[in-house]
Amino acid sequence: MSRYSVFAIAKQAINHHLGWERAWRSPQPKPAYDAIIIGAGGHGLASAYYLGKNFGITNVAIIEKGWLGGGNTGRNTTIIRSNYLQDPSAAIYEKARSLYETMSQDLNYNVMFSPRGVMMLAQTHHEVRGYLRTAHANALQGVETQFITPQRVKELCPILNIDGPRYPVLGALWQPRGGTGRHDAVAWGYARSCSDMGMDIIQQTEVTGVRSEGGSVTGVETTRGFIGCKKLGIVVAGHSGQVADMAGFRLPVEAVALQALVSEPIKPCMDVVVMANTVHGYMSQSDKGEMVIGGGTDGFNNFTQRGSFHHIEETLRALIETFPMLSRLKMLRQWGGIVDMTGDRSPIISKTPLTNCFINCGWGTGGFKAIPGSGWAMAELMAKGEPGPLAEAFNMWRFKEGQFIDESVAAGVAH
Amino acid sequence: MLTLTCPYCGIRAEETELSPGYEAHLKRFGPTSTDQEFEAYMFARKNPKGVHFERWRHTYGCGKWFLAARCTATLEVFGTYPAQVSQPPADIIAAIQKKRPDWKGTA
Repeated sequence: MSRYSVFAIAKQAINHHLGWERAWRSPQPKPAYDAIIIGAGGHGLASAYYLGKNFGITNVAIIEKGWLGGGNTGRNTTIIRSNYLQDPSAAIYEKARSLYETMSQDLNYNVMFSPRGVMMLAQTHHEVRGYLRTAHANALQGVETQFITPQRVKELCPILNIDGPRYPVLGALWQPRGGTGRHDAVAWGYARSCSDMGMDIIQQTEVTGVRSEGGSVTGVETTRGFIGCKKLGIVVAGHSGQVADMAGFRLPVEAVALQALVSEPIKPCMDVVVMANTVHGYMSQSDKGEMVIGGGTDGFNNFTQRGSFHHIEETLRALIETFPMLSRLKMLRQWGGIVDMTGDRSPIISKTPLTNCFINCGWGTGGFKAIPGSGWAMAELMAKGEPGPLAEAFNMWRFKEGQFIDESVAAGVAH
Repeated sequence: MLTLTCPYCGIRAEETELSPGYEAHLKRFGPTSTDQEFEAYMFARKNPKGVHFERWRHTYGCGKWFLAARCTATLEVFGTYPAQVSQPPADIIAAIQKKRPDWKGTA
């Protein structure tokens, strides 16, 4: 793999840009691998990358039903933050956020991480108390956040209406090193590095079955035949339940649609990310000038990648109340993704009833921000066969034990 | 937009009139059950990609809970029925089998 640099651009410019090589190979699958990861989204690719980088396991295949990064990785609103209440969440999301800081250098691929600051508005007294508590928890966890006044909110984001009639802004939880990234580039950058380490990214190949013998996996059936493996990682987000079913175990997960939308591009007007959880909408401005908008999930099981119209209306109603200047803005595009929600709204990074099969799922509505941390923890779990400190609390047996990582209560909404 | 017919008032209600209530026909387990049973009741869900039985409430109508058979992969609705049953009625099963001949599941 040739490195991307200013010199590479100059060299290619002289050669009319005819010499760029493909960022990753598209090889034929080998008969067997040391490890197979199902799902070439952000989490799957990051898991493979850290398997190679941290543990030297490079005889790895990443099998993808569609094209890499074509699921939720390419469908989210790219917000990166780690201001969580519970210790296990703060640890893994902060690990992820800190890895985002140097990701462009690590991968030699510009992921456009923009630590522009994330602001979570407190619009009820309950929320003020909740965020004060989170700010204190974050101070103990070593996550840099602070609770700021409405005046400071207005300074940071002048287009915000802080004295709306229904829910005036009473303060905000401010994480200055949160922000956004370029979602596709995260997948592409990891894919390029994985391919460079000798891993095979096998796209357009659907896993149709998991073959196991005496309680351990021997390989996977795919639309391109059987591929053997010594270890299997399932990292498939919305279809986790279906793949787990092939492997013969069940997950406490339900799939629902989450929608996002972007407006027509406008001049720069907002250089922070704002989340308003009481009215339930969040927004940032992309480098192209579009306002990138997200809201809550739909309320019923759905695998169609399209959601209900009235949810779009609810999200926009919330945001127009918070940002009155949006009211004349046309919405350009709208889309949906299938998110896997667990009972406590926290992810699962866990061993499974099969000895050499591991699962990473349940990221629900907040997976993008966690990609590097999730991959880091999953790689450790797959390489050692036992969870490390980041993954330990996220095992799938916590639902039986009652040891929830209850972010649904902490956040008040899906997060 | 989903349109479901409320089996009590017979109104074809669209989604904004209704509240979703997730999986139907769950068997309730209480304090005397085993940990496994209680965990399964609380958290294990079928989450099928295909035919699904679920609860809906006609919130802005009669206010009553009813059940619906729906395909989660296409959003097609096979039928709705009152909630006072522990299994889907025969006519709903027949309606599903007519449209999904290879469907093998039950509730």
